[in-house]
Amino acid sequence: MLRFVVRRLLQMAGVMIVLSFLIFAWLRSLPGGPVSAILGERATPATRAALEKAFGLDRPIWEQYLLFLDRIAHGNFGASIRVQAGTDALEIFLDRLPGTIELTIFALTIAISIGIPLGYLAARRRATILDNVSIIGSLVGVAVPVFFLAFLLKYVFAVQLGWLPVSGRQTPTIDATHITNFFILDGLITGEYDAAWDAFLHLILPGLALASIPFAIIFRITRASVLEVLDEDYVRTAEAKGLTSRVIRGRHVLRNAMLPVTTVIGLQVGSLLAGAVLTERVFSFRGVGDALAVASTERDYAVLQMLIIAAAAVYVIVNLLVDIAYAIIDPRVRTR
Amino acid sequence: MSEPLLSVRDLKVTFTRQGAEPFHAVDGVSFDVRPGQTVGLVGESGCGKSVTSLAIMGLLPRRGNSVSGQVMFEGTDLLGLSDKQMRERRGRDLGMIFQDPLSSLNPVVSIGVQVAEVVQRHRQVSKSVAMEEARAMLDKVGIPDPRRRLREYPHQLSGGMRQRALIAMALACRPRLLIADEPTTALDVTIQAQILALLKDLVSESDTALVMITHDLGVVAGMCDDVNVLYGGRLVERNMRHDLFAAPAHPYTNGLLGSIPRLDSARGEPLDPIPGSVSDNLPWAESCAFAPRCPSAAPDCLASSPELVPHGGGGTDGEGALRCFHPVVPAEVAR
Repeated sequence: MLRFVVRRLLQMAGVMIVLSFLIFAWLRSLPGGPVSAILGERATPATRAALEKAFGLDRPIWEQYLLFLDRIAHGNFGASIRVQAGTDALEIFLDRLPGTIELTIFALTIAISIGIPLGYLAARRRATILDNVSIIGSLVGVAVPVFFLAFLLKYVFAVQLGWLPVSGRQTPTIDATHITNFFILDGLITGEYDAAWDAFLHLILPGLALASIPFAIIFRITRASVLEVLDEDYVRTAEAKGLTSRVIRGRHVLRNAMLPVTTVIGLQVGSLLAGAVLTERVFSFRGVGDALAVASTERDYAVLQMLIIAAAAVYVIVNLLVDIAYAIIDPRVRTR
Repeated sequence: MSEPLLSVRDLKVTFTRQGAEPFHAVDGVSFDVRPGQTVGLVGESGCGKSVTSLAIMGLLPRRGNSVSGQVMFEGTDLLGLSDKQMRERRGRDLGMIFQDPLSSLNPVVSIGVQVAEVVQRHRQVSKSVAMEEARAMLDKVGIPDPRRRLREYPHQLSGGMRQRALIAMALACRPRLLIADEPTTALDVTIQAQILALLKDLVSESDTALVMITHDLGVVAGMCDDVNVLYGGRLVERNMRHDLFAAPAHPYTNGLLGSIPRLDSARGEPLDPIPGSVSDNLPWAESCAFAPRCPSAAPDCLASSPELVPHGGGGTDGEGALRCFHPVVPAEVAR
């Protein structure tokens, strides 16, 4: 098991090196480039050359690449020019990451805790009303665009009914101490439970909007996977042993059915970050997605580069976790 | 003569599907199994032998079929039991082993847990006691180094070892009846012989009754006391093993025997297969289902359905039985 994890870690390092190269190449090939983004289109050649020299853009390409790696290794991604002008990109990222993590965990918890049990039940009661209704529900979940669902939820539950806050991560007037920037966690640590509750209420609507697609996918994969496992000979063997339906469900059906579901959950974590761009915009939720939206429309390359590297790292780390989870569930992977 | 342990009476299993004709997979099968006896259910694919065993175990899918008749086990009709009551009996009173040992084992659960869970379920013992029992069972079925094997997974075991593990699970609670559905079909020949010898030892030592489901008459010859030959969902011949092999009366039984290669036949002599396949079957209701493939078929075979009538002196229950208008006369016996 340890050897398995070490091997995966080495593979992960390799993936990050390839990614750094791609990101570097992408940054160099952008039309206009950082110099015109900063100075505008009508700067004089002299000022352009001065800035290029200051950024090291006049050096050979391989040297620039090494410099780029060196800066990343020191956490120096450059200063933002638009999102929060003058602030270090890394600082912006770290400031906004907790919000997005809170949102992602909340959305994923909803998607998993409804998607897996419902998928199991739909498979067990195949072709009944429950099965058909949940299939239709999940199709709607995938088909409705996230930003539309976000607007709809906001309009109905925040604007019309007024049950939940319209936007933001926390009511600005609330007196809250921030330690970790995970607002719910902060409230729990400091004992400001009303602040934690307020932050939680702010998560519900964007969380629901964000959960719709992962829920639908997790539900469908669980259902298909359970149906397949129910037909396996080893489930019949378990029945022939007279085991209780609880043991058969947990040990023999769900454990095997979870293998493909694990993979899908891993992939969904990655795409939740992408989904967060739209959802965070709609709810003015100060997270990474919101920063990414601003940075890409306003050519804030420092922030963009920071966020792309971070997103790649998240994907790679989540994949590592999925692989480890896979090895825990399936001994055939572990002992190979 | 002891009372039968298992007494199947007029068992019928009909598969019903919307928009399709109901299919009578098992069409009125009756047979007895006495304590300690080994009884064979023999026939080719599709004759209803596996469906019969699944019906006895209560393992048929809940939807899409109807089961009627009686399956008396120690005085209780198993078909009348609730799902919960049947769950308590399976694994404790009735054990079953299946054809393909790899797919019949859960790939993600260790062998130890898979054996111990039966013990834990039916004997209300602690996990460690059940594990110790599992180790003893693995030892008993001839798995070397059982303590290590407890922690291993099915993919780490050889085919023969997997079948031994399945046998260990089925016998862990010392059931009084074991059903073995083609237990050696997926194994190679040398392993087959080992597994059959093991089964034979285990059932005779513990006085377990065994229902052996097979298409292989070689297995029948080595294992069974009584033999029931099934064709198209009905019993066509029943006899004691010795009498059945010495004097097969049904042309189908005779054909099965004739299609086995023999050591004493001349080199190059062709085998004598039964022509056609089960898809040529006629409905039993108005004819003999085997008639289209039968060498002794006559016009009356197509005109009415033969009944199962007492035949010969065989069978430990005092009567052999036969369903045929034109039984094989001893001179025609294939061999």
